[in-house]
Amino acid sequence: MDVSKDTTESAAMTESSPDPQANPQTGSGFAGPSMAVAGSAGQGSVKRNRGEGTVELMGLNAYYGSTHAVRGVDLGFAADKVTAIIGPSGCGKSTMVRCINRMHEEIDGARAEGQVLLDGLDLYDSRIDIVAVRRAVGMVFQKPNPFPTMSVFDNAVSGLRLTGVSRGELDDRGREALVAAGLWEEVKDRLKAPGVGLSGGQQQRLCIARALAVEPEVLLMDEPCSALDPVATLKIEELIGELKQRVTIVIVTHNMQQAARVADTTVFMLDGELVEVGPTEKLFTTPDDDRTEQYVTGKFG
Amino acid sequence: MEAGALSNPVLRARRNLTDRIGDPLLRGLSGLAAALAVVVIAGIVYEVIHLAWPAIQQFGAGFVTTNDWNPVTKRFGAAPFLYGTVVTSFIALLFAAPISIAISIYLTELAPRRIMRPVATLIDMLAAIPTVILGLWGILVLGPFMRDTIEPALHSVLGFIPIFDGDPSAFGYLTAAVILTIMITPIITSVTREVFETVPDDLKEASYALGATRWEMVRQVVLPYSRSGMVGATILGLGRAIGEAIAVAQVIGGASLINASLFHTGGTLAAQIASQFQNSAGLQKASLAYLGVILLIFAVIVNVIARVIVQRGKIEDFQVTETEAAAL
Amino acid sequence: MSANQHSLLLDRGNLKRRNRFNKAVEITSTTAAVLAVVVLVIVVGSVFLKGVSALSWHFLTTPTALFGESGGGISNAIVGSAIMVAIAAVMAIPIGVLVAIYTTEFAPPSIAHPVRFVLDILNGVPTIITGIFVYGLIVVPQGHQSAFAASLALAIIMLPIVARTAQEVLTLVPGTLKEAAHALGIAQWRTTLRITIPTAAGGLITGSLLAVARVAGETAPLIFLSSIFGQGMLTAPGEALASIPIFIFRSSESPSSTAHTEAWAAALVLIAFVLALNIVARAFYARSRKRMGA
Repeated sequence: MDVSKDTTESAAMTESSPDPQANPQTGSGFAGPSMAVAGSAGQGSVKRNRGEGTVELMGLNAYYGSTHAVRGVDLGFAADKVTAIIGPSGCGKSTMVRCINRMHEEIDGARAEGQVLLDGLDLYDSRIDIVAVRRAVGMVFQKPNPFPTMSVFDNAVSGLRLTGVSRGELDDRGREALVAAGLWEEVKDRLKAPGVGLSGGQQQRLCIARALAVEPEVLLMDEPCSALDPVATLKIEELIGELKQRVTIVIVTHNMQQAARVADTTVFMLDGELVEVGPTEKLFTTPDDDRTEQYVTGKFG
Repeated sequence: MEAGALSNPVLRARRNLTDRIGDPLLRGLSGLAAALAVVVIAGIVYEVIHLAWPAIQQFGAGFVTTNDWNPVTKRFGAAPFLYGTVVTSFIALLFAAPISIAISIYLTELAPRRIMRPVATLIDMLAAIPTVILGLWGILVLGPFMRDTIEPALHSVLGFIPIFDGDPSAFGYLTAAVILTIMITPIITSVTREVFETVPDDLKEASYALGATRWEMVRQVVLPYSRSGMVGATILGLGRAIGEAIAVAQVIGGASLINASLFHTGGTLAAQIASQFQNSAGLQKASLAYLGVILLIFAVIVNVIARVIVQRGKIEDFQVTETEAAAL
Repeated sequence: MSANQHSLLLDRGNLKRRNRFNKAVEITSTTAAVLAVVVLVIVVGSVFLKGVSALSWHFLTTPTALFGESGGGISNAIVGSAIMVAIAAVMAIPIGVLVAIYTTEFAPPSIAHPVRFVLDILNGVPTIITGIFVYGLIVVPQGHQSAFAASLALAIIMLPIVARTAQEVLTLVPGTLKEAAHALGIAQWRTTLRITIPTAAGGLITGSLLAVARVAGETAPLIFLSSIFGQGMLTAPGEALASIPIFIFRSSESPSSTAHTEAWAAALVLIAFVLALNIVARAFYARSRKRMGA
């Protein structure tokens, strides 16, 4: 596998990002406050105006009934960066990510222990409302899931409507979200058409627009391209490169090439445990752990 | 080709005599059975109109608007019973539809699995109780309770409205409406719950992930997705309420004039037939069959609408999306 | 960190109101479910509490007393109901299953669809109308009521229930099973009778039991098809027979409190039968679905 080539491509795609290898991230040391980088042309100029969007997991454990799916993970996600999580199926990568927006606990019999800090504030703190957590941490799922009963536009503003935004503002922000998701040009003439009438890749970008519209600080992507064709996948990957200036992105993927293309930092998980974290290029070329090396060279998984 | 194959002795040997008879026989018998179902419907329509014919000739369309039922003067009209049917069914629906949807929300979105199953079964059991037993309970338990507690309370608070004016009584429109509510709530619930269960989990998760509260998720995803199913279920419930004869006959009191007060005794199409058909003759019996014709028209219309809505809902939800995707 | 930076997490905005509304809906839904269960408990509880005192061996084994006399039972009504329901089942179940076989195995969609639609309409016909139909069809020409007329009405009520449930289970039978049989050169009718029907047996039994439970309590058509009957234990289907629903209906309209107690006792017998049948039917259904892997 020609990893270095892939990483070069991804670096070219995301040219506006600062040094992709700036963050050796284990424990708590992050690079300083992120710079508000203006979006690339045509993407609006949304800056971070709230927290930075750094996420820290401390002693995170997750269970399904008696199954221990995530085992004592300590991990940080830097703002303005794309972090990919790789590992064989069933290694707990999706579960770990679902703990960040507390979707894990929606499943019957599932629970999580430990801390998830967003800009230093514990999302599991009793004073924090679970609904506020989901506003601050958006999510895109494996299968594109626009609401089948809603139009393209209504899908884009479906999260915004809940927060009581005025009608006038709704139009602007819906449009802004569709622009940010790179979908505006394709759908501006059929905003009233059903969202499920779009192609698979467009549907997924509509779901990204829907998540972006509420202006989260973090965007979780759980294998967002696994149901898409290569062309649609490429579009989403380009989009990820553009979006990292507005949100911290955590992407779960079973596709190592994808991780290599889009991620600044890559995390390798195995059997619910965190094995290795490092700059993407290093993790794929000179990993520290034998298991990582075996996995990235295709010896198992 | 067929003949060529059959001239081959090996192939022909397999199609022995019993098979040559058996296939068309089963096809014919089962086709006959299906035809019988169609014949029965046609027979029902014919026979009821036939029995009603003297009254249809005598009263014509004016029967529908005549507010009288007098065996002595031989003047019969459907108005009091149409009114009773509409009022009791409408009130029953007004209670039963929201209650059923609320129960379904509880069962599919709130209740833990180990509670959901038994409660759903219990509610289905409620649907299995014979209506004559509900009527018995209505006469001896619910009626006195309505007269002594519910109706005086309604009267004292809302008595200025004509429908809540009048003397409380054990039997009347309101008691019948409550019995019908108890009867159709489990029927509507059973269908809405099933429809709610078909809402895909990934849509629910999408809504939660956007920061929806449970109710907002239900409003954003479950209700719109299930809309046609809920409407269809409600209309099916309406069909049952309109057609119920026994339980209503037991508790509505059997008056043959329209009365504004819901506490007052009244009648419905089905209940009037149930209580008078046996002991009537001549024009009165024909008039009762005429009520039956009106009831049958009501029931068929309601059921056709319900099926069409449910059917169209299925197409809307699962098929049009694909054709539209293909078209775009 | 300054609070400003956590505005998304700590600025609750309209969240308080939204959460309060959500709580209200949750409480309402739970209350509705509790209410439904409570009503069931009250109805079944009333029947049980009031009926159990009058229920005795004597009550179950003695025919109804002469009008105005007390001390009778419901043995004639139990037997009459059993005869009428049994005749109805013998007519409706085979025909209902045949209709289902026709629509699932033989008919093209252009015929199967309308047949299904007709069954749904038939299911929606008020039972009192079915009663009028059979009255005109049998009672008028014969000049008298009969248990057979009542059975025919009950069979018409059963037919769509049996046929629709049978259709559902027959479509659940895996197509691969039928294909395997066809590939072996087994004729359609043998496949249907030897493979499809036995595979779906559990579901067919469920539909039949539910239909029997439904008509066992059916009262409306009996009022003018089998309500004028003689004294004592009668069993000939050619004449009108007593039945439990008619017994309950009559006793409930009587002013006498003894009659009311007897009505509760008869209701207890009927409700126990109907609920037991429902439970058995559900058990069959669960087993049959499991067997077909659905």
